[in-house]
Amino acid sequence: MSSGLPLLTVDGLTTRFRMPQGAVTAVNDVSFELQPGRILGLVGESGSGKSVTALSLLNLVDKPGQVDARAIVFKGEPLHRASPSRWNALRGDRIALVSQDPMMSLNPVIRIGEQLVETIRIHRRLSAADARRIAIDALERVGIPAPVERMQAWPHELSGGMRQRVAIANALVNQPDLIIADEPTTALDVTIQAQILYEMKRLARDSGTALIWITHDLAVVKDLADELCVMYAGRIVERGPVAELIRAPRHPYTRGLLDSLPHGRSAGGRLTPIRGAAPPLSRLPAGCAFAPRCPRAAAACGEPPPLSSAGGREFRCVRPL
Amino acid sequence: MPAALAIAVTPVPPAPSPTRLLLKRFLASPVGAVALGLLLLLALLAVAAPLIAPQNPYDLATVSVMNSDLVPGSRSEDGTLTFLLGSDAAGRDILSAILYGLRISIGVGIASALIALLVGTALGLVAAHFGGQVDAFLMRIVDLQLSFPTILVALTLLATLGQGVDKTLLALVIVQWAYYARNVRGSALVERRKEYVEAAIGQGLPALRVMFVHILPNCMAPLLVTATLQTAHAITLEATMSFLGIGLPPTEPSLGLLIANGFEYLLSNKYWVSIYPGIALVLLVGAINLVGDRLRAVLNPRDDQ
Repeated sequence: MSSGLPLLTVDGLTTRFRMPQGAVTAVNDVSFELQPGRILGLVGESGSGKSVTALSLLNLVDKPGQVDARAIVFKGEPLHRASPSRWNALRGDRIALVSQDPMMSLNPVIRIGEQLVETIRIHRRLSAADARRIAIDALERVGIPAPVERMQAWPHELSGGMRQRVAIANALVNQPDLIIADEPTTALDVTIQAQILYEMKRLARDSGTALIWITHDLAVVKDLADELCVMYAGRIVERGPVAELIRAPRHPYTRGLLDSLPHGRSAGGRLTPIRGAAPPLSRLPAGCAFAPRCPRAAAACGEPPPLSSAGGREFRCVRPL
Repeated sequence: MPAALAIAVTPVPPAPSPTRLLLKRFLASPVGAVALGLLLLLALLAVAAPLIAPQNPYDLATVSVMNSDLVPGSRSEDGTLTFLLGSDAAGRDILSAILYGLRISIGVGIASALIALLVGTALGLVAAHFGGQVDAFLMRIVDLQLSFPTILVALTLLATLGQGVDKTLLALVIVQWAYYARNVRGSALVERRKEYVEAAIGQGLPALRVMFVHILPNCMAPLLVTATLQTAHAITLEATMSFLGIGLPPTEPSLGLLIANGFEYLLSNKYWVSIYPGIALVLLVGAINLVGDRLRAVLNPRDDQ
């Protein structure tokens, strides 16, 4: 599994927001490794800390947020000690972001082509003509018809699916080593969503780009990712290769997510929801955060569960399945 | 199959450029169209003044005291010139003086509005970008500035600085930059919360570039309206200063100075010396304000009913 040097090693990533009412820990002791060319799915409900994890990895957390980590190492470089100018050089070049809302992530008053060319030329000394060629090529790769004409288009002239493709093209232009995609298909139709997922997977395979795909939808990532991290209340509660994790989840929360999916059920059968709602991060229970909703909760769950690992899988549960 | 192919190759008609769309919407209102036409006419007259004015009113060789205080429509003593709008005490043709005055009023108005726009926009963006103490400091200066009546500040400045085109410009910029700064800061604070800004930073663009290349163009709509209305304001303010004799020097006679020239004769029936420059000023400021109002309606589709 761990063949060669990992592209990205995250160890003990913790992001706190200091509020007048006290600190809120949105991301709590998150650790994972990512190999080049692999796809990592980061799954969780709203408020589980997955988006903040993405922003923390790009050092884009605004005040009053504060990011701490024992280590974030990207291609052998300790990112947790990188300077702001180093971050500007990395972002958009080696690590690219595809943000949450495709409708909003393009500047409404700048033509598509100019936005792509800008991303290229800010990182590479290229002539405008060369940058333009790369931009057109990127538009073509993400499946935009008539890319030369689309270079002249304004964002409002494109549909949501097309705009999201442009946003993805913008992340691809500099052939990054890592793309962090934060729910990039949530706002799209299922058909377009499937198309984009397929294309992303192909692009990752072809270019050797690693991908962190953040979503609340387990159904989306289970066919896309190589490995899954399931987040709950700021922590990774379970991590493992996607096939094994789907086949035999160890954490009751993962089991609950899987049981809520309609896939592989006979028609008319009832889905099993997870009872209750995720707790607010400012008032987490002392022990396991999932215990109040967990069907297997016991007295031992009142203590914070340690991280157990077995056979390339990790989970945070004292009463695993 | 051939039918499908025909559909596939039908070229998409090119979308009309945003500028053309904007102009079309602008002209949809008769008031806006008339105001814009009037403004363009006045600007054209101002620019072409040396070519079309019957007389150069500040060339002493062409001005004769023999023609002083003539009623509109009179002919000059040597019969070469008709004073369509009359002449003043020095024998100058009022129409020519108005054309030259328009030139100076518009020039000073636009120049001061532009400089104030640049200064105010830069400071407003800086305040929005850095936030915290920088923002608080700059915005308290803006508050202070806006809490004084503009005319009082301008009067005080010019009284201390003295007369002159440069000093008048400086005074106009000082009383105007704060409007732009506050305006831009407000828009920029709204814009920088939007996702395209996060995306731009995620692309590795430096903060200054994000500020000026990505955020600023999205703040242009309210800025354009402010700039138009502030130009009108600057012209009025300059006219007031010149009327009071502390603005532009007599060698650069703006409309305000022309009004002041004939002011003392108003009650002795020589109305034309003051009234016609006054009408020109009202038309100019009125046209700019109407254009500004229309611009506001067009740039903010929610108001455009």
